[in-house]
Order: sequence, then C-alpha cells, then structure tokens
Amino acid sequence: MTTEVITTSIDDQPHDLDPNKPLVQVKDLEVSFKTQGGDVHAVRGVNFEIYPGETVAIVGESGSGKSTTATALMNLLPGNGRISGGQVLIEDKDVAKLNQKQMAALRGHVIGYVPQDPMSNLNPVWSVGFQVREAVRANGLATGRKEVEARAVEVLQQAGLADAERRMKQFPHQFSGGMRQRVLIGIGLGANPKLLIADEPTSALDVTVQKTILDRIESLTRARNTAVLLITHDLGLAAERASKVIVMHKGKIVEAGPSRAILADPQHPYTRRLLAAAPSIASQRIGATVAEDGDDEGVIELASIAKERHEEAEAHAGKAVVEVKDLTKVFSIRRGGFKSEDLTAVDNVSFEVHKGTTLALVGESGSGKTTAARMILGLETPTSGEISVGGTRLDAAKGKELFDLRRRMQPVFQDPYASLDPQRSIGAIIQEPLKVHKVGNAKSRQARVEELLEQVALPSALAHRYPNELSGGQRQRVAIARALALKPEVVVLDEAVSALDVLVQAQILQLLADLQTELGLTYLFITHDLAVVRVVADEVAVMEQGKIVEAGTTDEVFANAKQPYTQRLLDAIPGSGIDWGV
Amino acid sequence: MLRYILRRLLQAIPVFFGTTFLLYFMVFSMPGDPILAMFGDRTPNEALYNQLVAQYNLDQPFVVQYLLYMKDLFTGNLGVTFSGRSVNEVFADAFPVTLMLVTMAVIFEFILAAGLGLISGLRAGKFSDQLNLVVALVLNSIPAFVAMFFAQYFIALGLGWAPVTVGANATWSTMWLPALTIALTLYVVGMRLMRGSVIEARSADYVRTAYAKGLTSKRVVPVHVARNSLIPVVTNTAASFGALIAGTTVTEGIFNIPGIGKVLYDAIIGGEGPTIVSFVTILTIMYIIVNILVDLLYAVLDPRIRYV
Repeated sequence: MTTEVITTSIDDQPHDLDPNKPLVQVKDLEVSFKTQGGDVHAVRGVNFEIYPGETVAIVGESGSGKSTTATALMNLLPGNGRISGGQVLIEDKDVAKLNQKQMAALRGHVIGYVPQDPMSNLNPVWSVGFQVREAVRANGLATGRKEVEARAVEVLQQAGLADAERRMKQFPHQFSGGMRQRVLIGIGLGANPKLLIADEPTSALDVTVQKTILDRIESLTRARNTAVLLITHDLGLAAERASKVIVMHKGKIVEAGPSRAILADPQHPYTRRLLAAAPSIASQRIGATVAEDGDDEGVIELASIAKERHEEAEAHAGKAVVEVKDLTKVFSIRRGGFKSEDLTAVDNVSFEVHKGTTLALVGESGSGKTTAARMILGLETPTSGEISVGGTRLDAAKGKELFDLRRRMQPVFQDPYASLDPQRSIGAIIQEPLKVHKVGNAKSRQARVEELLEQVALPSALAHRYPNELSGGQRQRVAIARALALKPEVVVLDEAVSALDVLVQAQILQLLADLQTELGLTYLFITHDLAVVRVVADEVAVMEQGKIVEAGTTDEVFANAKQPYTQRLLDAIPGSGIDWGV
Repeated sequence: MLRYILRRLLQAIPVFFGTTFLLYFMVFSMPGDPILAMFGDRTPNEALYNQLVAQYNLDQPFVVQYLLYMKDLFTGNLGVTFSGRSVNEVFADAFPVTLMLVTMAVIFEFILAAGLGLISGLRAGKFSDQLNLVVALVLNSIPAFVAMFFAQYFIALGLGWAPVTVGANATWSTMWLPALTIALTLYVVGMRLMRGSVIEARSADYVRTAYAKGLTSKRVVPVHVARNSLIPVVTNTAASFGALIAGTTVTEGIFNIPGIGKVLYDAIIGGEGPTIVSFVTILTIMYIIVNILVDLLYAVLDPRIRYV
C-alpha cells in the first residue's frame, strides 16, 4: 500500500458548526455511587458548557469528581454509579434518556475519548490493529476489509505512530506507553468527533513524551475544529492547553473562567492553594518550614520557603557520603531462541552526594536512573565500578557486612499503595526494619514507632491501623517513617512524590525538607519531574541512555542548561512559559 | 517457544523413570504370589510353576526385573496379561472408550463452566447469579459416585432416557449420561473462575474504552469480556482432561464401561504387575503431554505469555 492511497478522508474535514451554540450543556449535574455505606455523591450540582472548537480543562485533585463528570458525559459511569440529578445535553440530546443504541451512536462519532492509563485501556489479548479496526467499523467510517484496514492505518499515522502498517499485527504489550497512548488517541479521534474527552491523557507518561502527545492532540483537534474537554490535576498544563479552566473540589465547581485570568488572579482559596503548591512555579529549593508560614489555611508556598533554605545548603556541603565511580550495569536480554543481547542500562556513571544535601538523578524512563539507585541500595550487583557509602565499599561487601551497610541507606518508593504490606498494621510495618536488624527490645521499638510517627506528623493512634485505611499522602508518610526507623545516613527516594496530587506532593516535599534539616539526612532523589527537582535538589545529574550527560548545582542547570536533552526536559514542564499570579 | 517445549520434554524424562520405578516397586511389594493367583483354586505342579517363574523373570532380583521391563517397554512390547492377551491389544481396545467418555465429559464441563459463569458474572448479585451459585455449591458437595448412582437410578432407570449400563456397546449415545454426570461434578471450579474473571473484566478500563469507541454490548460482551475471561477456564478444563483420562475408574465401574479405568481396576485386583505398570506408564506419559499442551494453549490464548 502506498501513501498516495491514504489521503485525508472526507471524515477529517473541519466541523462547520455554529460557534455560538453550545455542543455540551451540563446543567446541575449530580452523580452518586451506591456503596455499602450508602450513596456517595461524587458530583454535586455542576454547570458548564462547551462550545464547538474550544478547549476546556477541568482541574482538581483525585476524588474531586473531575473524571466522574467526564464519564457522565458519555454515560459510561461504572456499574454502581448513576446520574442522580440534573442533565447532560449533547447537541441538545439528554444522554440519560437515550437508549443503548442511540448512546452507542453518540460515542465515538460525536464524543471521542482518550483515557488516562494507556497500559490498561487496550485489551491485552487482541492485536492493536484489531482494536483500531473495530473502532473504524463501529463508526461506519469504512466498509469492506481493505477500506477498514486502510482507514485504521491512516488513523494511527495521524496519531503519530511511526510505521503504523507494520505495527498493526502487534499486541499492546509490545508497545511503549507513549505508543499505546497514540493508539488510543487514534481510536478517540478516528471518527472525527465533535468533542474529544481527554482524561489525564499524559499523566502516566514521561514529560517529553507528554509534550509530544499533547501537541499532537492540539494540532489534530485545531485542524478539525474539535472541542476538547481536558481532565487534569496539573494547573500548569491546563493553563497552557485550555482557553477555559474549571476548578473542581469535592464534587463542586469552585472557580471557572478564562485560564489566564484564573492563573493571574485566582479568587477562590482552593485555587490559590493549588497554584501555590504547584512545583512548576517555585523557583528555588525549599528548606525547613519557616516560622511565619502557617497563615491562610495552611497554604504551603514552595516559592517563599525555598529562599530561606538557600544559604543553609552551602554551609552544609561537607564530605561526600555516597561516592559512585565508573558505575556500569549490563543486562543480558533474551531475544528468542538462543540469542541474547547486551543492554547497558548504566554506563560509566560517577557522582558524589555530600552530607546533608540532595542530589537529584533526572531522566526519562529507561534512562537508567532507577537501576543506578538500586545498585546504590545494594539491590542489584554492578557489572563494574565502585560504590562507597560513608567510606565503606558497597560493591565488594557480602553477607554480614552488606547487611550492616543496609542500615545506613533506606529507600522510599514511588507507589505508596504497593510498597506497604496490606496485611500488616502501620506499627508493624514501621517496626520491621528494627526487628530485622535486632535493634532494641519490644518496648523500645514501640517507643521508636511513636517517635517516628510524630516526626512524619502522623497521629500515634495510626500505629494500630492498616494501610488500606490511609490516604495516599499518609501512606507515603508511613513509608518515610519506615525508611527513617534505622536512622540511616542516606535515603533513596525513587519517584517518591510522583504518584501524589499536587497539594499532597507539596506537603511531602516540605516534610522531607524538614527532616533533612532536623536529622542531617542525605537524599538521593530519583525523578523524571524537573519541576520537583527545582524545589528539592542542591545538585542535579541528568541521565540519558545510561550516561550522565549534564551535572551541576540546581541553579546552574536550570539557568543555563548546556545539553539539548536537558533543555528539552526543561521545556516539557507544563506551564513553564506562563506568568503565575501568586 | 521451541526451546520451551524441548525443556519441558526433557523434564518429563526423570518424571517418567521416577513414576515407573516407584510403580514397579509398589507392584513388586504387593502381597500374594502372582503365579498362584493365575491358577485360581488349582495348584500347579512344581515344574510348571518353576517354568512360569522363569518365563516372567520372577526369579530375578527386583532391579533386574525392572530393567528387563524397561527394555521391553522401549521396544514397544508392553508384555502379556495373565489371560494371555498382549497388553498392547488390551490397551488399544480400552483406550478409545475412555477417550470418548472423557472428551464428552470435558466438552460438557466447558460449556457449563463458561456459559453459567458468563451469565453469573454479568448478573453478579442478582437472583439468577445467586441461584447459580447455590446449585453449584450443592453439586460440588455431592461425592461423584453418589451423583452417579442418582443419575443411574433416576434418569436411566426411572425415566429411561439412557441405558443403565454401557457394557460392550460403548458409543456417544450410550455414554452421555456418565459423561454429563462427570461434568456436573467438575464444572463448579471452572464456573467460579469464569464468573470472577467476567466481573473483573466488566469494570476493566479496556471495556470502558470499547464502549467509548461506540460499540454496543452485543459486541463488547463476547469480544472483550468473554474472550478475556475464557483464558483461565480453558486451561482449567484442559487440565481436568489429563486428570480424567486416568481417573474414570469409579465412573467406568458404576456404568460398566470397558475403558482403561475398568481394566486397571481388574488388573489391580488380579495382581497383574506388568499390566498395571504398563497402563500407568502410558497414562503418565499422556498426562505429561496433555499438561505441556495446556501450557502452550495458555500462550496461544494470552499473547502476553511467552515461554523462554
């Protein structure tokens, strides 16, 4: 098949709609979920309109009802949810009153949908081509085997999937996250809908991939005059991409209006809190909580706290606690049959982390930053190179010596839901490292747990509760308490705040800064998010394909990035070019 | 994939020798004199007795007997039963009957498990689901041989829908009742697997995405819900195929079906060492092969699984 055959179909012509007639009208929408403890009202009286061709963003934390509102537009609420009040009108049709067939005709054709998690939104047992063809056929875009196939390839190419034709037979697990998201964008936009609902379309992706995906959505929808409803927790991203922003909190709209106006002059205290907590705007590293802070409903202003910290950092710069020299890790990857291939995950990496400071290891997924961290924790054996922790060689240590070294460095992982054993109480979880290393007796360990809970600002009564009763932020505090139990010198934070909402993220970052000052901790901070790096790190090392391509103090790197790769990472921070009104 | 199959077959070698050795040892240690058992009430004269002992190698030590047997086995000679027929021949008569019975039973089992599981999963918590679960619980609690007597008494004898015993005339139409009874005592596990997977798949993200594409449930349910949920059910059912081939002794006894189970039972009662060992050896090999096939089937059904 040649490219000449794939011309732009009639279906991709821009929509010619009356710009003054709303495409979507949401009137006093209420959504409730039936649970064992009675009805839970997730959306409580929401009103907004979307006009043809405009981009509207709904911003809020998880649990604010933003995704529920989006799924209500398509009448795709989960089994126990229903529209319990108000109306959703799509082109003047009430979605609650449509039958299954009419609703199916609306989905795909009028409303396209790009979901949040590209990993779980494609059926793992069918090929990518099958799933795209299915969408093409459902919307009557083409009939006949050949036409359907051609259109499916076209849809994927438009979504930016390179060599789409060859990849049609592959399965989702053979695709990277970014490629899968392109497939989902292709499916969502395949029928040239009048409205595209994009529910956190990039939150599971790397920053640089995030940018290309969002650019792709923007160019495709602009060319076709497609309206976009963007659901996101990132205010910076919303402001950058949408003309209108709706801020939701606990099922209600607290503020709505033109995006620039909201950022420049937020009216509602919640919006102000969200803005203040967004790391993209804090320009300097944060330190311990400053005394005068604490007014204005516990607003955590990363930007102002950061200044205080600055001078302290220099005073601290003492001897190196972690020294890494020429660290290399080669994995052998099976290629089917008897063949195998070498993959150099970490390539001749050297760096030092000084006592009481934070080094951020930055890079996209696959850059080798996590592998490096795992080797420093002694969880992975280096192929070559040296690692010293507090003067003791880690790479040569074995048995008892390695066991003792482990006390001196402790990890905190990304997912606070997966890193705590659901079967054990919080107290038992925090105590475990003490038990393993035979520190103290039952009574002193108990006392230590209470002390640790206090340090991470959790009530001591929590010791008897279980992880499933805690929120994401609380769980991450527990994970930090566990890491601190053995009074380590070094804490390795592997994407420790990436899974958290902005407000919670800001609190945890503050806690980490406080603990660092109080206990003189040294942090190795692994992240893909440069916005976070700016507020936590003293020094930055940027990794690309296993190598450190740029290193320096945070201010240097941010002010004057030498490598194009670093510059690309910096540009990818959402909202980096916007004036913020805080 | 090829590498995986090869490795699995290599793993089968120690299993094969282990089983045959263990079996041979157990049969060897069985009480009673097999030569005397051959003659029933009569007593053979000493010359004949000694000749027979030598003929069956019973005067050799255990290990030698085992090795001689292995030699025969590898040359395709499974030995002779005490009645004088070759074991190969007996097996060739009995095996197709059992295969027919088990195939029928497994097909019934799969239909019941997948069908009822799908209905139950789609209507989870509703009346039909509850009813389904209660019926399954009852069926699962009845021992297989009791269920078979019930089926024989009420359906075959009472209603006359099927012959009471099968006898020499083993065909699809005479064996449906024992096959269905086996299926009814076995489908419950598969049904619960299916029900659970369907409930999970219904709320899966890819199912919501499928609806968002503009598909109706007429397409989403079979293509995205049922297809994904079938994986554990298919493998579970296929695994029971292997187990059933060797495990139909009770059924074949009750319904008088001349299959492997019945031959094996008679051989054990008669103390016919070579017959027992030969039969069980063949069954072991078949069981190993069926299990490899089940694992490969898994990879066919779920593209994410790759064997290395």
